[in-house]
Amino acid sequence: MKIHEYQAKEILRKYKITVPNGEVTENPSDAGAIYNKLGTPVVVVKAQIHAGGRGKGGGVKLAKSETEAEELAKQIIGMNLVTHQTGPEGKEVLRVLIEEGMDIKHEFYAGITLDRKQSKPVMMVSTEGGMDIEEVAEKTPDKIIKETIDPNLGLLPNQASYLSYALGLEGDYAKQARNFFLGLWKAYDNEDASLVEINPLVTTGDGRVLALDCKIDFDDNALYRHADLPELRDLTEEDPLEVEASKYHLNYVRLDGAIGCMVNGAGLAMATMDIIKYAGSSPANFLDVGGGANPETVTNGFKIILSDKNVKGIFVNIFGGIVRCDRIANGIVEAAKNVDINVPLVVRLAGTNAELAKEILENSGIQMIVANDLKDGAEKIVGAINN
Amino acid sequence: MAVLLTENNKIIVQGITGKEGSFHTAQMLEYGTKLVGGVTPGKGGQESEHGLPIFNSVKDAVKETGADTTVIFVPPSFAADAVIEALNAGIKLAVCITEGIPVKDMAKIIPYVRNSDMKLIGPNCPGIISPGIGKIGIMPGFIHTPGKIGVISRSGTLTYEAVGQLSALGLGQSTCIGIGGDPIIGLPHLEAVKLMAEDPDTEGIVMIGEIGGTAEEEASVYIKQNVKKPVVGFIAGQTAPPGRRMGHAGAIISGGAGTAETKMKAMSDAGIYVCESPAEIGLKMKEALG
Repeated sequence: MKIHEYQAKEILRKYKITVPNGEVTENPSDAGAIYNKLGTPVVVVKAQIHAGGRGKGGGVKLAKSETEAEELAKQIIGMNLVTHQTGPEGKEVLRVLIEEGMDIKHEFYAGITLDRKQSKPVMMVSTEGGMDIEEVAEKTPDKIIKETIDPNLGLLPNQASYLSYALGLEGDYAKQARNFFLGLWKAYDNEDASLVEINPLVTTGDGRVLALDCKIDFDDNALYRHADLPELRDLTEEDPLEVEASKYHLNYVRLDGAIGCMVNGAGLAMATMDIIKYAGSSPANFLDVGGGANPETVTNGFKIILSDKNVKGIFVNIFGGIVRCDRIANGIVEAAKNVDINVPLVVRLAGTNAELAKEILENSGIQMIVANDLKDGAEKIVGAINN
Repeated sequence: MAVLLTENNKIIVQGITGKEGSFHTAQMLEYGTKLVGGVTPGKGGQESEHGLPIFNSVKDAVKETGADTTVIFVPPSFAADAVIEALNAGIKLAVCITEGIPVKDMAKIIPYVRNSDMKLIGPNCPGIISPGIGKIGIMPGFIHTPGKIGVISRSGTLTYEAVGQLSALGLGQSTCIGIGGDPIIGLPHLEAVKLMAEDPDTEGIVMIGEIGGTAEEEASVYIKQNVKKPVVGFIAGQTAPPGRRMGHAGAIISGGAGTAETKMKAMSDAGIYVCESPAEIGLKMKEALG
């Protein structure tokens, strides 16, 4: 789960990490009052969307007066912000975070995520703050300093201290950075985060070390033990079809191709997307209907797929293991009666009772093409939409 | 023969009275798997609906039955604990089917698992099958045939697809290991490949990977240097966009790492027969065996 910058900064405050003074608003007319309250000659008006790259897209601006703050807030709220992470369609900005301006001495990077190779969290810091860290990692990997964290010990004070000196910090700045890193680990660990990223982490002329920006992602599997986190979810940031699918416990990811796919199992669902590409078209979605694949899930799956207007054909690919294919076939027939499937439909069923299932499908009177195997199915659906 | 699961394993089921555990216990028995009991705290002394003895703890089960293998069906919030319970009771092979375990829970227990002589398969996996001998997991037994191909995969139904293709071409399997779709798993590709490479009765290896992480790349380096047997590889998620989780918690391209492209290149560089299409897995193995 992803959250907004202003929400992430609230969490940092809980762990005694310094963040700029600021307030969030959906109403441009509040901006002037916030400017006055913050009391710095310059304030920063920041668009709040989940995607990164907001500055480059024109979603982060400086205001030097009450009226300018209001003007910029008016400009940004409601704008369609396009960044490298939103895709070309962009994202509508619903609110801005207005923060105090400050005298920035240096910009750094700090982040914690899982190092899958070691199965342990790793803290990474860099003197190259404020830049695209993936680019830094690629071009100048020696500028990224890493400390692997023992998940049972946590980030140790000596590690936090090492990292702060490794950034070239001295005196009180180094001391503050050390506490900053320890707090950051606590936030990552206590909140079951999958990523905590501060870019940039800054030192200021008035002697502070603070998180100028912050991104936190959470481990979806751990949300059950954080009653307060799900309410931070912003459904307007998600694809409406994906939100709808999640209500039916369907695992759906919208893509931009023409062939809707319905598959049981995540690996096979990905492989089905791949073979559609291989056959010369492209997938409209990832959809894993899970192990059950009963009439209800299949019906909901069809509804979700058909709500995507780019869909020109549907490929159902089910490998019936423990669940018998004849049951799935009956489910598909029933679903096809309830949902108006107005595009070509190719169904491939394999596994237990596949032959019987084929008969059921062929005798159902429902317009569909029955495929023999994975390759056959992909070729048939691509052929059908090209006709 | 087979790896991990042979005629000698004595297997218990943790969570034997739960819905999943109970159903799959029946399926495993029907396949001829040697199950010796189950564990559900509070139901010790009773008998399961399958006629197996139930114990309150893995320790009791090991003491009474001599079990050395466990299959875990307990819910996600208790699963990591169940793995450590098995480890402390002296179990040598634990297969964790449970999906949805928090990453933090796995990160905390994995150092203990790695420092022990217990192998952990999964979590979030279909399990292990040695066709003709038995199955520890949830895969449909009948699609498998005994033979000489080892199959290693991060996913469930895609493994069945590959196995179906192999069986249809007359290529039976020695052992199929579903290693799991989570970011942290007990037995990564590399370790599974080593087992298959050392098994005298496995003549060819199918390695099915997914986007996310670098486990396939690491296995490829090992294969290039050490494995003489033909290896066929496929990576699912060639068409997946970066930053989006494709069902499995581990199937996500992040920070530019874990793309299908880099994995396929690493496999190809290692002399692995790489399938671009998932429909070619069986045929490629046939070709590789010559």
